[in-house]
Amino acid sequence: MMIAPRQAYGEALVELGKENKDVIVLDADVAKASMTILFKEVFPDRFFDIGISESDIVGTGAGFAVAGRIPFVNAYANFLLGNGWEQIRLSVCYANQNVKIIGHNIGASSGKDGPTHLPFEDITLTRVLPNMTIIEPADGIEMKKAVKAIAEHVGPCYMRVGRLPNPVITKETDSFIIGKANVLREGWDVTIIACGVMLSMALAAAQELATEGIRAEVINMHTIKPLDKETILNSVNKTGAVVTAEEHSVIGGLGSAVAEFLAATKPVPVQFVGTKDRFGVCGTYDEIHEAMGLTAEKIVEAVKNVLVQKRG
Amino acid sequence: MSQKEKQLEEAKRAATNMRRNILLMTHRAKGGHPGGCLSATDLLAVLYKCFMRIDPAYPKSPDRDYFLLSKGHAVPALYAVLIEKGFLSQEEINDFRELEGRLPAYPSCELTPGVDMASGSLGQGLSIANGIALSCRLKGSDQRAYCMLGDGELHEGQCWEAMLTAAHFKLNNVCAIVDYNKLQLDGSLDEVKSLGDLRAKWDAFDWHTIEIDGHDLSQIYDAFAEAENYKKGPSVIIANTIKGKGVSFMEDEVGWHAAAPNDEQLQKALKELS
Repeated sequence: MMIAPRQAYGEALVELGKENKDVIVLDADVAKASMTILFKEVFPDRFFDIGISESDIVGTGAGFAVAGRIPFVNAYANFLLGNGWEQIRLSVCYANQNVKIIGHNIGASSGKDGPTHLPFEDITLTRVLPNMTIIEPADGIEMKKAVKAIAEHVGPCYMRVGRLPNPVITKETDSFIIGKANVLREGWDVTIIACGVMLSMALAAAQELATEGIRAEVINMHTIKPLDKETILNSVNKTGAVVTAEEHSVIGGLGSAVAEFLAATKPVPVQFVGTKDRFGVCGTYDEIHEAMGLTAEKIVEAVKNVLVQKRG
Repeated sequence: MSQKEKQLEEAKRAATNMRRNILLMTHRAKGGHPGGCLSATDLLAVLYKCFMRIDPAYPKSPDRDYFLLSKGHAVPALYAVLIEKGFLSQEEINDFRELEGRLPAYPSCELTPGVDMASGSLGQGLSIANGIALSCRLKGSDQRAYCMLGDGELHEGQCWEAMLTAAHFKLNNVCAIVDYNKLQLDGSLDEVKSLGDLRAKWDAFDWHTIEIDGHDLSQIYDAFAEAENYKKGPSVIIANTIKGKGVSFMEDEVGWHAAAPNDEQLQKALKELS
């Protein structure tokens, strides 16, 4: 089954809006792309289009939080984090306001719109900010749980939302707790830690590796910050080697977070699957993933490399 | 004596105390921005003494009026007025810019009671005011959001984004105040980057524009009253002020944007303000 994360997001907002009258949705003229239009249709009074002004929309959202509301601030991830970063730093994170920053069209989502519209930097830009919680759900089912969870969590959050249908890999019955990773597949040779769309590829890679007798553990790190160190350590104590995978730059993202933790706590070989130090390209979703090295094959390759390192 | 006259007597007394505290704070801390505090003092004294509905016993009351000091470097003026309103004690002026205490160099809504929002990176306050105002309107309340901007601050693009937003949503519960002292860090506004016809610009953005002498307490009072009564959209008070107002050797001197008085200067200034 495939679900577009943004569709699940829009539907979840509507559910949330029914349960909690303090939920406010702001959008920067992309409501039809972010699917906040679904919320607008049901709750026009609590929807505000602030126009194409990402600095202003972050501040307006922070104002709603000062007045006790739970604002969801929506825009394309690269413009929101680019134009709104200083506002997110001061008016949201330093002020410790209960604002939900929602970055849309993440990674390769915008396809043939090309490099200007492909954000691979947003996790880095948010991870460096104190007080920030960062979430990237694995699929449409997890997205619905994540929306509820970040609304209940008091404090600044950044959540990544993809545009195109992705494989569903989690179950309705799976738990979703902010800061608590889920082990999707158990193994003992290597730990694959991934988030978002890369999890379906990580599972495919694990399947492939199993045919060669390599047992990979796959961890859904839906919360990139705060990192679930306990789950990482438990796994790494068994496997002694790690591969991270994210639809994001390897500079400053999930892989960096994992490596920073392990380097200081339990140094083991780590390999990183993500975009390298380069901008995106024009292409379809799949073509971009291929061109940028975001595939199950690349995860398999990284596992083989890390196992060589592990053997020393 | 009318109600207004009585309130302005109090505001006048408060303004003198505030000026003394601004000088004491910056002198002791050997830092801060006295020039832009002293230009804003009379505006804050009248706003807080005559208009803001706030309660020091319940600083985070959901029913309060809100104030955003977008020109965050003028925070000693805000601390000074919060002392006048009983949110802070007189002794706390010793904590300004210190590691411990509740009075950091720029506003913190987490540390200081009565401070509604952090600031210090210019340009952000008016957007916050808009969000607050939209939220208050949504619950059918007449609470107001006041936002003080510096004139140099208006170089920041976010201010103009927020001006569009307030006008679009016809936020009659937003009142912006421009502390128009015409000096900034590097020199005069006209030397650095002119604002041109500032009043015409706010008019063109569909704001109700009120221009006053920002040191005439009666004019300040009338301006806030007019803004409160204007229902068609947001109001801005363009307050023509003098940087360093009240201390003869600081007035209109660009050097006092960010400089603390020494012992001798402090004594001289306090004598003028006694």
